[in-house]
Amino acid sequence: MLDLLSGFITELRNAGLPVSLTENLDAMEAIKHIPMEDRDAFKYALAATLVKNNSHWRSFETVFEVYFSLRGPEYAIDGEGNADEFWREMQEQQRQGEGNGGSGGMEGLSPEELMNILMKALMAGDQAMMRALARQAVQRFAGMEPGRPVGGTYYLYRTLRNLDLEAMLEKLMEISRQEVSGELTALEERLERDEHEDQIEKFKQEIEAEIRRRLVADRGVEAMAKTLRKPLPEDVEFMHASRDEMQSLKKALQPLTRKLAARLARKRRHGRKGPLDFRSTVRHSLSYGGVPADPQFKYPRPAKPELMVVADISGSVAAFARFTLMLVYAIQGQFSKVRSFVFIDGLDEVTEYFKNTEDISVAIHRVNTEADVIWVDGHSDYGHAFEVFWNKFGKEIGPKTTVLLLGDARNNYHASGSWVVKEMRQKARHVYWLNPEPKSYWNTGDSIVGEYGTFTDGVYECRNMRQLEAFVEKLA
Amino acid sequence: MTHRFDSVQIVREGLKDVHYLADDGIAGVVFLADRLAKPVLVEGPAGTGKTQLAKSVADFLGARLIRLQCYEGLDESKALYEWNYKKQLLRIQADRKSDSWEDVHDDIFGEDFLLTRPLLEAITSEDPVVLLIDEVDRVEVETEALLLEILSEYQVSIPELGTIQAKQIPLVFLTSNNTRELSEALKRRCLFLHVDYPDMEREKEIVLTRVEGITENLADQIARIVRSIRQLDLKKAPSVSETIDWARTLVLLGIEHIEAEQAKETLHILLKYQTDIAKAAKELSIEK
Repeated sequence: MLDLLSGFITELRNAGLPVSLTENLDAMEAIKHIPMEDRDAFKYALAATLVKNNSHWRSFETVFEVYFSLRGPEYAIDGEGNADEFWREMQEQQRQGEGNGGSGGMEGLSPEELMNILMKALMAGDQAMMRALARQAVQRFAGMEPGRPVGGTYYLYRTLRNLDLEAMLEKLMEISRQEVSGELTALEERLERDEHEDQIEKFKQEIEAEIRRRLVADRGVEAMAKTLRKPLPEDVEFMHASRDEMQSLKKALQPLTRKLAARLARKRRHGRKGPLDFRSTVRHSLSYGGVPADPQFKYPRPAKPELMVVADISGSVAAFARFTLMLVYAIQGQFSKVRSFVFIDGLDEVTEYFKNTEDISVAIHRVNTEADVIWVDGHSDYGHAFEVFWNKFGKEIGPKTTVLLLGDARNNYHASGSWVVKEMRQKARHVYWLNPEPKSYWNTGDSIVGEYGTFTDGVYECRNMRQLEAFVEKLA
Repeated sequence: MTHRFDSVQIVREGLKDVHYLADDGIAGVVFLADRLAKPVLVEGPAGTGKTQLAKSVADFLGARLIRLQCYEGLDESKALYEWNYKKQLLRIQADRKSDSWEDVHDDIFGEDFLLTRPLLEAITSEDPVVLLIDEVDRVEVETEALLLEILSEYQVSIPELGTIQAKQIPLVFLTSNNTRELSEALKRRCLFLHVDYPDMEREKEIVLTRVEGITENLADQIARIVRSIRQLDLKKAPSVSETIDWARTLVLLGIEHIEAEQAKETLHILLKYQTDIAKAAKELSIEK
């Protein structure tokens, strides 16, 4: 048990979670009080002692599933979790044509019958039945064989393709409609749909868990944990984020901006002391008999910076630009004015989109669809875009303005137009360049970030949320 | 040391008796907090019952709840202890002639002259207490250090008096709205509990227990609608307390079954931003 737990904790650390020695000891202490058979309680006990940040929860859960999925009452395996035995047992069942866990005799069913049972289970939200069905479905459709070097997603895809859950959703909706014998109102329709989608989502998770369980049994815990290892949300790279990761990034953005805004406001207030406040000092001196023993200072009000964001939104760096715009607008209260421009080879101002709406995602959507950023061929041309910027808006850069240039500086071998950046630097307070590419790629191929970089106050690598956050804090 | 709870199940049922519906995670962590004698750091969106958890646990144990509300600028003299300066002065002036310097000196730094503040009070109390340190993220990072000694050792050191040990180990809850990252030192000393929006079943149960005179049918519908609304991309998702408010409103209006029209009219109880209301109305197709 101790071995297992220390392996588990090592894997958590590998996944990037900061687990300290005391927390490790706490976890050991905690599991003394919680029986391992109660899997949920066991999981929460470990989480309470080991995971101290909610955004790490998903990573924790994945590792937990891998390490402890073979253990638990419903899988009827002894505490030691003998994987070989488990596998053999599974083969046995396959041969005998006998599912377990309440699904006895399911093997003999035809696919239609199976779908019918599934439909009923989804309708009733019967968890135990769904689990049994998930096992059955994986057994039938996934075609898993020991030692086959394919990923879990492949099996998942195969299983889901055979089940056709999309059609299932429609069927379920049909039943709901029949139940009330007639038309559903729009509201009811929506609620029913959400309900069914929720059930189907649960069923999908059961299937995923089942596939994972079998893979773990086949390949062993360490190997599996390694393949499933995913970066924490703050370490996900903007340029390579999958759709799911983008979603979780978006979710992480909101609490982050709240934190950032609070921190910046606090920093501004406590930054330094202002000049002597004469009136207040005299007032306070009265309680010391007229001796100004307690000098009072004026509340410092440092000017908020003005921000101009100029972002490349061509394919490769679009996600990064969107993200930075979102972040900047979410904390725009910390700046006296924010103006934003987007370009590919032409340039367009998009400040208006953000002004007229409270909903940042709507504005971002308009940036993607409405902004006029194509001049010739829709390949990045920094030189031309910067020239346009300078001619149209250059005079509006003042000594309070901070200019942020976002992009990978992959210029498709066009003229660089770096004189614009040089001129900007003369007029603006600061000019910064944020590059979402890893530092080792800079100035390779058609990237000319170095050329621009010499004229800025600094080029920063912003590959993930953590780096972006650190930069924004420095900025305000 | 005797334990307060025998099993997770008992925690769960006990909390249910005082109308707090805990899920596995919450009950498990409360149980562990008692067994390991560690404070619990409760984090989560506003209005999900973080503070209520501490209150309910106190209620269930029949313990006194001592609450320390945190804010920016909170310091030692408001959180831990303070010398009763006026009383000390009086003591010195009362009998100037009789006492020697030594006597007075020893005397005025005795426990008689100590004003206990919430933290000290919690550990010196004879009867069982639950200590709630509310919104701990509002104090500055430096002030957090004040809490460390009491959280890990259950003691308070006063330079003039020495160290005061806890008479009994209180259950401690810290809540945080996550407006800033708490220090590692603080997190390390606590069990971490994230309270999120409840799932539909639990929300329905909560509505049923907290709102009087509500029908099962209505509660079910409310929970479903709220779940659908939370799936939308909103500025501020409806919290549990807002759900309860909404349920109460519907009951007061004598509504048994929510129609689109009524949902639209009362949506502003659930959502607090105009853009959110418009979005929800559109998404749930209750806008004609």
